[in-house]
Order: sequence, then structure tokens, then C-alpha cells
Amino acid sequence: MPLLEVKQMTHYFGGLRAVHDFNLAIDKGEIRGLIGPNGAGKSTIFNLITGIYKPTEGEVLLNGQNIVGLPPYKIASMGLGRTFQNLRLWRHMTVLEHVKMARYSKLTYGLVGAFFDTPKRRREEAEAEEIARNLLDMLGVYDVASEKVTNLPYGMQRRVEMARALAVEPDILFLDEPTAGMNPEELTEMMAIIRQVHQEIGLAIFLIEHRMKFVMELCERIQTLVFGEVIAEGAPEEIQSNPKVIEAYLGAEVDT
Amino acid sequence: MSQKSTRRSTKSGGLRQKFRRLASPFKNVSAMGWLLAGLVVVLLEMFAGKQLTYFLGLSKIPALFGSLIIFTKPSLQFPFIFNDLTTIGAVLLYDLLIYILPFFLVARFSIGIANRLSGIFYRRSVILSVLIHALLLYIILRLWTDISTYRELVTRLTMIAVLVTLSLNVINGYMGEFSASHPGFIAVGAYVTSILTISMFTDSNLFGAAKLPPSLAPFLFPVALILGGAVAAASALIVAIPSFRTRGDYLAIISLAFMFIVKSFFENLEFAGGPRGLGGQPDLASFPIIFLWMIIGIWIINNFVRSTFGKALNAVRDDELAADAMTVNTRKTKMTAFLFGAFWAGVAGGLLAHVLRYINPGSFGLQKLAEVLAMVYFGGLNSVLGSIVGAVSMNLLSEALRPLELFKWIVIPVILILVMIYRPTGLIAFREFDIAEIVKPKTPKEGDDASS
Repeated sequence: MPLLEVKQMTHYFGGLRAVHDFNLAIDKGEIRGLIGPNGAGKSTIFNLITGIYKPTEGEVLLNGQNIVGLPPYKIASMGLGRTFQNLRLWRHMTVLEHVKMARYSKLTYGLVGAFFDTPKRRREEAEAEEIARNLLDMLGVYDVASEKVTNLPYGMQRRVEMARALAVEPDILFLDEPTAGMNPEELTEMMAIIRQVHQEIGLAIFLIEHRMKFVMELCERIQTLVFGEVIAEGAPEEIQSNPKVIEAYLGAEVDT
Repeated sequence: MSQKSTRRSTKSGGLRQKFRRLASPFKNVSAMGWLLAGLVVVLLEMFAGKQLTYFLGLSKIPALFGSLIIFTKPSLQFPFIFNDLTTIGAVLLYDLLIYILPFFLVARFSIGIANRLSGIFYRRSVILSVLIHALLLYIILRLWTDISTYRELVTRLTMIAVLVTLSLNVINGYMGEFSASHPGFIAVGAYVTSILTISMFTDSNLFGAAKLPPSLAPFLFPVALILGGAVAAASALIVAIPSFRTRGDYLAIISLAFMFIVKSFFENLEFAGGPRGLGGQPDLASFPIIFLWMIIGIWIINNFVRSTFGKALNAVRDDELAADAMTVNTRKTKMTAFLFGAFWAGVAGGLLAHVLRYINPGSFGLQKLAEVLAMVYFGGLNSVLGSIVGAVSMNLLSEALRPLELFKWIVIPVILILVMIYRPTGLIAFREFDIAEIVKPKTPKEGDDASS
């Protein structure tokens, strides 16, 4: 049984068909890429799977359980972590608070603990902090744990967002253009981080990317999406030489 | 916004540096040190205040640092609104000799002792240390308010205002949604608690003879207050259920409507006095009771906003979508905080009713709303300390400027506007209120002279 399975997912925004007959099966520990030109519907697919939109048709199974119609926070706590295309960090919170916040669903002390500072709360908060600090350490942002995120350079903010997504303890991590706006140096760093995370935690990764080099090096399999439809699927080399993909990206030759 | 404030801070860098130099001898004064200084000041006033007023030719001890004497008899003649200069001089001298000089001198020269003392308590246990600080604060306030009943009343009302401000800050500051329904929650708490205590413990025209012996009243008063808070929280559901489905201005509009509905509801509630109001509450909200409720309120609210469940409010405010994707149940978070805020407003309302011992629907209207909002935004959003500072300073300011009559409503708004211009989020915004950190002894860093 695949970890995440999407069956015949179709979605309409009003009369516009944004996604048509999308299928996907990701196994444990796999790195999967989703590429396509601007406006192809890549982020929509992410939002459909993570519960921000509800697909018009189709099924989404996470660990064999149908998650269509569940609110995003429930889907997330079932083992789906994600980052966003344009960083969505909380501007008044520190780095450590960001990562601790993602432990929300794992806390059980409830309102009694929140109001009265019970020993149980202290224990659970301390545990959450330890997990958060370990993640910060792994992603190399341990030293800025008590900084406000807005004071950090862009590359670091990206890493904080990644640490936050990992604190959910995901089985599968969704990365929405993890290298958007990065310079080549930061790009190589990010690639190393994703590899490291993948090796150390052993989770599956599903990523949207624009930069071919990045996708080709990281992913085992790639899907190409154009106008909401998958036009090609396969190993990076196959995709690279697929005439349909080249056509979608570069345009077709005109016969005269 | 942050960029703007940094630019401002460089512009006013000179002023800030001057302030820092002035404050540098006091940077090792711990909370214990400030409290000791306060204690000395109130003791000094207790023993030497009378003699000094006589010596300075004042008729009695100035009630609120002499502001009532300075701003007397508003008139159009020079110096407009002030008393004659010799009296003003005498009052200022009194303030200097009784309050300012002893306070700062003791704070400065007790650094060693105070730090050693708070070190002893702190090492024993943090809770003990916090309790001792609270006790000291209580003694100071008690001695200070012993001098005049006016002072006592102002202090009691201020402590209630602290609770109200904190409870609104949870919604408007921490959660970042604009709610205008607080006077409504205060009114619900005030009425429910009053009806309970009046009908149970007093013989009244409205509710008949006392049903329980009045000697039980002090023990059951907390129950009445909690019930008042609970009903206020339940009434908050009316606002919360429709307005938290979406984000936006809905809450502001619905909550404003709610405030007016509550007001006219009580105006038409004949069995509770209708528009004439409800009076004759038993005298249960004494100084220590209110102090205790304030301390408990600050403790619980601070616990809440510092827990991950409370921090979730900030996450929802700054980016709800991201909070959702990070497993935060945003709807539950918002509901909880809103009801929590309403509960404490209700409790504060119950206390208020038993201080004033008369309530009428008219006093829970727009003016009350303006007062509460001013305290929250003046003190600082997203900050427990800010709310305390905001409530205390707005209350004292409003009392101190009372003799100005109409001019008061020019001065206070001008101050508010200045705060909004120079510190858009309030005086002490976005600050953690770590009680354990506050009661800690301050250890001087390398190079500081610790011997004094």
C-alpha cells in the first residue's frame, strides 16, 4: 500500500477546470517531483491534498485512510507536513516558538494545563522544546532559536519553515518551491538539507520545483503538469528527453 | 512597521542615550529592590506625611500626588487651570521629599541587600519568591490606601481595570481580532453576580428576603463571581459562533451590535431594575478580595498566553493558513480565547458591581468601550505587562486630571494620539511577562560596582 495515494482527482474553480484526473502514488521514503509551467495547477494540487481546498471529484488516501473533506489541521496531524511557496512564517514569533507550535497536536495537557501551569504541562512543553531544538540543530538554525523570524536572512527563514514542517512528525513532507528566490549558493545548501532530512528521518518528500537541475538531481520520479493535466511521468532522464515536456516548456517547432 | 520604528529610534537616539545614562545606576535594582523602596516610601508617608503637610502649609496629605490640588478650579484667567504657585510649589516639594527622593535613594542603596534577599527566596523556591513579592506589593498598596478612602477607591477600581484590560488584550492583542463587546460581558457579569448576591444575602424590594445567612456571603462570593464569568462566557458564544467562521471585520461589527443588545436587554429587564439600575449589593469586594482576584487573574491569563495553546493565538493572528497546516485547530483556538476573555470580563464586572454597589445599563455603553480600548492600546498589544501599565496609567491619569473637567477630554485623547504616532502598538507591546525572571535577583555584570 502506498503512503499517499491520489485517485482521479479533479477540481473546478467555478467553471474553470484547474486539475483534471490527477493520479499519484508515493511510497515510504520516496522523493517525488512535480514540475510544470506557471499556472499549471501545481500549488492547487498541494492545496487539494492538504485540505485547504476540497476536490470536486476523486479520492485522497493517506496511509490508506480517505482524507477528503477533513480540515487541514487534522490532515497535518495525520502525518503530512508542508512548506509554502511564499514563506508563511508568524512575524511576531521566535524561531523556537515556530517549531514548538507545530507540536500543537501532540500536546495533551489541555486547558487545565494551559491555565494552571501544571507539572504535566511543564513536562510536555519541555519535551516539545527538546524536539524543536534538535530539529533546529539539524537544520543549522540552533543559534538563532530566540530570534524573531523577521530578523533572519531569507535562506534561514526557509530552513526555519522546514524545521517547523518537520516538527509535525510527518510521514510525507510537501515542499512548495523550496528554492524560490534563492541564489545558487543557497540552492546547493537547500539541496544538501533536503538530502540530509530525507536520510535521517526517512520520510517521503513531494516537491514542486521550477529549477530543473534541482529536480533532476533529487527526485526519483517526476510528473509534469500542464493546464491541470499530467502529460508525462517517469524517471528524470525520461522526462528530460520527452518531446511533450520540451514542447510545454519551450514551445513546439512550427512546420512550414 | 518594524522598519519605521527602527528609523525613529535612531532619530531619537540622543534622547534614549540620555535616558540610559540616567537609568544606569538603577539597572541592578531587582523587583525586590523596587518593592522595598516602595515600602519605605509608604511608611515614610504614614509617619511623616502629616507633619510635612503641616510644615508646608497644606491642609491635608495630597491624595493622588497632589494632582487634585494642582489642577483646581478651571477658569479662563491666568494661570488658567492651576492653583496659585506657592501651593503648587508646596505640593511638588511634598512629592519630591516623600515619594521621589526616598524612592530612588532607597532603590539605589539597597541594591546589595535586596539582591541578597531575593536570592535567598529565589533559591528556596520560585513560588515562595513570587508570593513574597505579591505580599510586599499588597502591603505597600494597603498602607498607601490607608491614608484616604478616595485613594482606596481609586486603587480598587484600578485593579479591576487591570483585569478588564488583560481580558480584552487576549482578544484584541494576542488573537488580533477587534472585539467591541467587552462592556457587554462586563455588564452580564455585573448583573448576574449582583442578582445572585442581592437575592441570596440581602433583604431587597426586588428579590425579597435573604435566602441565605449573610455570614456565608464572603465564602460564596467567589462562586457568584465565577458564575457571572461563566454566564458572560456563554453569552460570548452568541458573538463567537457566527463571526469565527471567517476572518475579517465581522467580529468588530457583530461584537458592537452585541454590546448594544446587552445594554437594551438590561434596560428592559424589569425584575433587575430596568433602566433605573440595580443597587444595594452587599459590600463584598473589599480591597484584599480584589487584590487576590487580580493576582489570580494575571497568573492564569499569563499562564494561558505563554502556553503553546496561547501562542497558537499569535500563530492564527499572523498567518491562519500556516497555523492550520501546522496542526493548530484554529477555530477551537479562537473560540477558547474569546470565551476566556469574556469570562474574565464577567468576573471583573462582578467585582465592579460590588465596589460601586450600584449598576445601571447606561454605564456599559460606548464610553466604557472607549475607556477599555484606550487602556489596551495605550499599554501595548500582546503584552501582559503592557495591559497592567496601560490600565494603571490610564486610570491614574483620568483621576489625576479629573479637576480639569472638560479639558481632561482634550488632554487624554492627545496623549493617546501621541502614543499611536510614536508607538503604534502601545507602550510595552509584544513582550513576554516571565514572572520567574522578574523575581530573580539581578547579578551585576563584570565591571559594574556591586558594593553599594
